[in-house]
Amino acid sequence: MMFWKARDLALDADPARRFLPWLVAMIVYLASLALSGMMSLSAAVDRWDRGLTGTLTVQIPAPATGTADDAVARALAALRATPGVESARVLGADEISALLEPWLGSGTLAGELTLPRLIDVRVRAAAAPDIEGLIAVVRAAAPGAVIDDHKKSLDRLIALAHTVELVAVGIVVLVTLAAVATVIFITRTGLAIHAGGIELLHLIGAADGYVARQFQGQALELALKGGLIGCVLTAATVFLLGRAAAALGTGILPDFALSPAQWGALAAVPLGVAVIGMVTARMTVMAALRALP
Amino acid sequence: MRYGLGPEVLRDVSLHLAPGSFHFLSGASGAGKSSLLKIIYLACRPSRGLVSLFGADISTLSREALPPLRRRIGVVFQDFRLLDHLTVLDNVALPLRVAGVKRAEIREHASELLRWVGLENCINALPPTLSGGEKQRVAIARAVITRPQLLLADEPTGNVDDSIALRLLRLFEELNRLGTTVLIATHNENLIRHAFHPRYHLSGGELTGPFRVAPPPSPARVASAEGPA
Repeated sequence: MMFWKARDLALDADPARRFLPWLVAMIVYLASLALSGMMSLSAAVDRWDRGLTGTLTVQIPAPATGTADDAVARALAALRATPGVESARVLGADEISALLEPWLGSGTLAGELTLPRLIDVRVRAAAAPDIEGLIAVVRAAAPGAVIDDHKKSLDRLIALAHTVELVAVGIVVLVTLAAVATVIFITRTGLAIHAGGIELLHLIGAADGYVARQFQGQALELALKGGLIGCVLTAATVFLLGRAAAALGTGILPDFALSPAQWGALAAVPLGVAVIGMVTARMTVMAALRALP
Repeated sequence: MRYGLGPEVLRDVSLHLAPGSFHFLSGASGAGKSSLLKIIYLACRPSRGLVSLFGADISTLSREALPPLRRRIGVVFQDFRLLDHLTVLDNVALPLRVAGVKRAEIREHASELLRWVGLENCINALPPTLSGGEKQRVAIARAVITRPQLLLADEPTGNVDDSIALRLLRLFEELNRLGTTVLIATHNENLIRHAFHPRYHLSGGELTGPFRVAPPPSPARVASAEGPA
């Protein structure tokens, strides 16, 4: 009955309804992009969190004269002697250049600068050393050394990511409300255009649900069409962004490649919007019909 | 009964239609015939008073209980109210679809009825291509397709010539013989004279009747009456 082509009401001819698939396509596109951005960012934060937890970076500034080799050796020895430190490794010049490359570019510039020496420290997750004690030990061995446990920068990054996630949720909520408002407007227009036909159905004994099914069936069909268009556009955009991010290969941008589960979540967006459209149309019609005797 | 804050269009109306009866409702245009029919086919509620339909007091029923009652009533609207985008067959079949009858049965019933009203060649036509009389017959076919217990017709012969009007009257009478209660609102005195069914009359919102319409005396009785004194 829902897809009965010879509808009792000529809803297909309504001008406003012709725009519904395109409006839904835009709504689904925006909602899906916001959702995919949120999922990518969330995955990136998880990766950063996993990657940086249990690591410390010790920076030993270059002295005004001579080299920092002695200070590095002392710091390494002190670190390796500290309980809870799993490993301590001095980063080579190539590795430091690679870290600076996203900002300074490749070439000789990094080699021309006076850079601090870096020690990558891994601590045991189960028995991590006291950070304050470790700082004291390292500074005693190499005065002026700076120890970064990444907590502060990671916390800021996570806070930023959560803010962006909230914004994305806000966008999804707003576009959902826009979808609801659009369907209500178009349904009310349809109710006004087909008032005569609706009254006839009412008088020959059609229950409110029978009339509502005409509207909700069409809303579902049109929203699914629009949702499919929006879904295809989103998939293309996410795919292209993923390729562009992969081509940069810097690690600065989050990885836009989505997992199968995340693609599944994106595919659910047009279905969700279609169901919302259908329910909204039904509720709008049922509320309007209550005015009839 | 009044519309909004307007004057009373019906007052002190008392009408009883016995099951299986056939009545006319006459009156000039604007006398309140359509308003009275609207109350009976549950398109509006009276400002005051009691409406009892099929043994149920309408004022005590919920909205949800009204559609099944409406399905027991067939209505021929004065302005036909055909849906222009549906074929003649689909228009006639509408009450059956609303009642949830199976599609195969719907087609069979509707086709048969369209043959009955002489529109078997217009099954797939759209209403805008039909004449006034054809539209009226489609509207009548739609009203009777469910074999309603009560048939209300508002000026059902307003757009047809006398011969078709009489044919439609015979159709209503046949339905009546099958048990349908019939009330026809009309100002077609010729139709009323041909049928000899009791008539109610509305004037200035007040109902009088029913008046019996006596059949004309048979020739034998006329001869007897005019015989030698």
